[in-house]
Amino acid sequence: MLKKVALIGGVYSNHIALQATVDDAKIKGADAIYCLGDLGAFGPNPDKVFPILIDNKIPVVQGNYDNSIGNGLDDCQCGYTDPRDNYYAKLSYDYTFKKTNDVFKLWMKHLPAEIRFELGNYKVLLSHGSPRQINEFLWETTTPTHFLQKLCEDYKADVICTTHTGIHWKRELPGNKYFVNAGVIGRPENDGNTFVGYTMLQLENDSIKSEYIPIEYDHHALAKEMKEEKLPEKFIETILTGWWTTCLEVLPSKERIKGKY
Amino acid sequence: MLVYLCGKKREFKKSLTFNRGIYGELKLEIKNTMKETTQSFPKIELDNLDNLWFQVGGTLCNIKCEHCFISCSPVNHNFEFMNFEQVNEYLKESVSIGVKEYYFTGGEPFMNKDIFRILESTMKLGPATVLTNGMLITPEKAERLKSISDNSIYSLEMRVSLDGYTEKMNDEIRGEDVFKKAMEGVKYLVQNNFLPIITVTKTWEDSRDEEVLYGFIETLKSHGYPRPRIKILPSLKIGQEAVRTKGYDKYEYVTNEMLVDFEASNFICSNSRIATDKGVYVCPILIDSPDANLGNSLKEADKGYELKHQACYTCYLFGAICSNFTSVGRDA
Repeated sequence: MLKKVALIGGVYSNHIALQATVDDAKIKGADAIYCLGDLGAFGPNPDKVFPILIDNKIPVVQGNYDNSIGNGLDDCQCGYTDPRDNYYAKLSYDYTFKKTNDVFKLWMKHLPAEIRFELGNYKVLLSHGSPRQINEFLWETTTPTHFLQKLCEDYKADVICTTHTGIHWKRELPGNKYFVNAGVIGRPENDGNTFVGYTMLQLENDSIKSEYIPIEYDHHALAKEMKEEKLPEKFIETILTGWWTTCLEVLPSKERIKGKY
Repeated sequence: MLVYLCGKKREFKKSLTFNRGIYGELKLEIKNTMKETTQSFPKIELDNLDNLWFQVGGTLCNIKCEHCFISCSPVNHNFEFMNFEQVNEYLKESVSIGVKEYYFTGGEPFMNKDIFRILESTMKLGPATVLTNGMLITPEKAERLKSISDNSIYSLEMRVSLDGYTEKMNDEIRGEDVFKKAMEGVKYLVQNNFLPIITVTKTWEDSRDEEVLYGFIETLKSHGYPRPRIKILPSLKIGQEAVRTKGYDKYEYVTNEMLVDFEASNFICSNSRIATDKGVYVCPILIDSPDANLGNSLKEADKGYELKHQACYTCYLFGAICSNFTSVGRDA
């Protein structure tokens, strides 16, 4: 029976952080490790991510990026509306598409939209953006509790876990239900810290406990690799400073004001 | 081209009548009538009520903009203010439906004396956005808004309308002295930790897009708003805007054929409704159309709606025009 599972959010081609996260989850005794999708984007050399996931037998939920790359779509379906955000998203998407092996594209195409398992008596549902939409942004300050309760009811789950926004959060819901945004390991959280993080979900005295675990990794090595691959300076700045420089226009005001830009 | 493919057209009829007024003077009445025929329009179902709007300011506004699509003014009583109790009834109903975001518009919401109580009540449930002209925001009101925001886990967004980055450009559309007062309001909001979304209705040619966007950014920066959020909206060629411009072209309708392979969620009627003092309407744009009144409760308003209005064409072209997403353009 599963008691402790590690949830890894968006990887964004950050293979260095992914390896560090998998190592950490094993040391901390996770019974299983799951990934919530968005394997490519932002970082360098996307093909370095897949062996880590496949060799460690990590089940992966399909993210919007994986759906796009797998199906050969023109864009990442990231859900941005601002031309500047879309400009950078396009640069990153074209690079990732070009650099992804066809075998892995096919593998991503067939990833599931959701993964379900039980943690004790709790029905856990993993999805990328939300259970109802692959690229829905569920931010802490724009997602009402009653909305999450309805999702739990509609999708018959006690615990819903997502990623996609890039910033982790969690909320205990009435009726012994839970919502967890696992965060991402692809880039830092727009708070001036360079670490990334994942979430450990575990059963403790028949209750669900969720803990966000920061992961320090060699971000200088990642920045160097990004530079070698001629990825945009704005992306490298984020890795080195912990502040988001792009994709800012989708942030609600309370999340936005905490950042530098 | 595609307008009449799916049925017979509707007939517009203009009738002229001469009547005597109460003092015996001769009055000319022009009536536009629409004869409904078998024309079928695409129907959009309400997928999920994610966005609940409130016409909390009615159609009453302290200014009278040249392009207002529901012709708000100090004397337009088509819709009155919604009071605290009216709003609360809808808020209660919204919880079991799973509404995700609440929006408050008008008219001018800050003319409604209940607005602060309404926002306090809303922010206990979820995120709120207020669409305002910013002119009535004083330092005291901005502080009160900050306190409401600080006491909630949810975001309180303030959307301030401006239509020009200079006094001249703005006030030609929004009226004398509006620019100065709105910019004061923006300043007070920024001083109280808000990042107001400056909402601009596009009234210029496409070739000026970049110049206007950067004009706004620079002006706002120089008025104490260092990292402005800007949302540019297409104009809706109805209400006053139909008077200011030529209105919609007769072919600008949404047809069934246009919706083949089109994502229906782009229409706000697939995910929104607006509560007013006169019941629930399909969307914030169409409250002047009697057929857009769908009932007196959110439950009653959970029904499909035919895209028979030309404003629906703007929604078709641009999508998501009512949401909070902003735009700052490319790096300089």
